Amino acid sequence: MHVPDGFLDLPTSAATGAVAVAGVALALRGARRELDDRTAPMAGLVATFVFAAQMITFPVGAGTSGHLMGGALAAILVGPWTGVLCVSVVLGVQALLMADGGITALGTNITLLALVGVVVGWLVFRALVLVLPKRDAVIPPVAFAAAFVSVPAAAAVFTGLYAVGGTAPVSIGAVLTAMLGVHVLIGIGEGVITALVVASVLKARPDLVYGARHLRPVPTVEEVSA
Amino acid sequence: MSRRTFTALALLATLLVAGVLSFYASESPDGLEHVAETTGFAAAETDHATEASPFADYGFTLVDSDRLSVAVAGILGCAVVLLLMLGLARLVRRPSVDAEA
Repeated sequence: MHVPDGFLDLPTSAATGAVAVAGVALALRGARRELDDRTAPMAGLVATFVFAAQMITFPVGAGTSGHLMGGALAAILVGPWTGVLCVSVVLGVQALLMADGGITALGTNITLLALVGVVVGWLVFRALVLVLPKRDAVIPPVAFAAAFVSVPAAAAVFTGLYAVGGTAPVSIGAVLTAMLGVHVLIGIGEGVITALVVASVLKARPDLVYGARHLRPVPTVEEVSA
Repeated sequence: MSRRTFTALALLATLLVAGVLSFYASESPDGLEHVAETTGFAAAETDHATEASPFADYGFTLVDSDRLSVAVAGILGCAVVLLLMLGLARLVRRPSVDAEA
């Protein structure tokens, strides 16, 4: 869901640009609490994986494709604030280097994929983790649910933005129905990829899954440097 | 699994995705493009400001082979994202325990 230039008018793009700047600024402050010598390299790995995974567009029904957004994945692996930074860096590189996602739409794309994707994904994840048994086995299915919900949520927010500042006069109801329909399908792919990656990291290095930290004791100095 | 092994495996998997699997990505329009076409606002898209980039649309203009072209763009993109995010994370992170001592 990379919004190109021209879909939204300039005032709306400027407004989402301001939201994106504010969100990233908050994330830069918040990420100080998440990032240390152990988690900073993980943030680099997660951003790079999200960039790579977004290249894999998978078919979802007739003549349509989708790809990972990565907000929920990044939030679960490195924390929500750092997750916002990871996805924002990916979107910036895509827009500037790969001509994927408009330049005037960069604020819109950061708002949708980095802010909405991370916030919705993280809130669903935390809400489910709080009510479900405190076991590792719960984390991948919960990651699926969080990632799944984040995609239609971003699609709905795009439709809201289009209702305010869309450049072509089309039925907003039709846009909303179509956006939710296709993005529920893409959300399944998002959920599957997110659950598989989170499960793999959880198996290899459970201490590196931010969203599962509550399941294990605070790491010792030896573990931190291992 | 040691930290070093984990990092190496994660990077290898990522480069395989960006450099090899990416060639097999679906060519169909993505969800938003599809909706834009079916509901009638696809024509509003304007030219991309960086479409002259040698890596536009995940290719590399100096390479003829499609397979190599997407691999170069994917791996270069990974390198840029990795360096940017590592740099940003180093700037943002708390001082380490050693630095405080």
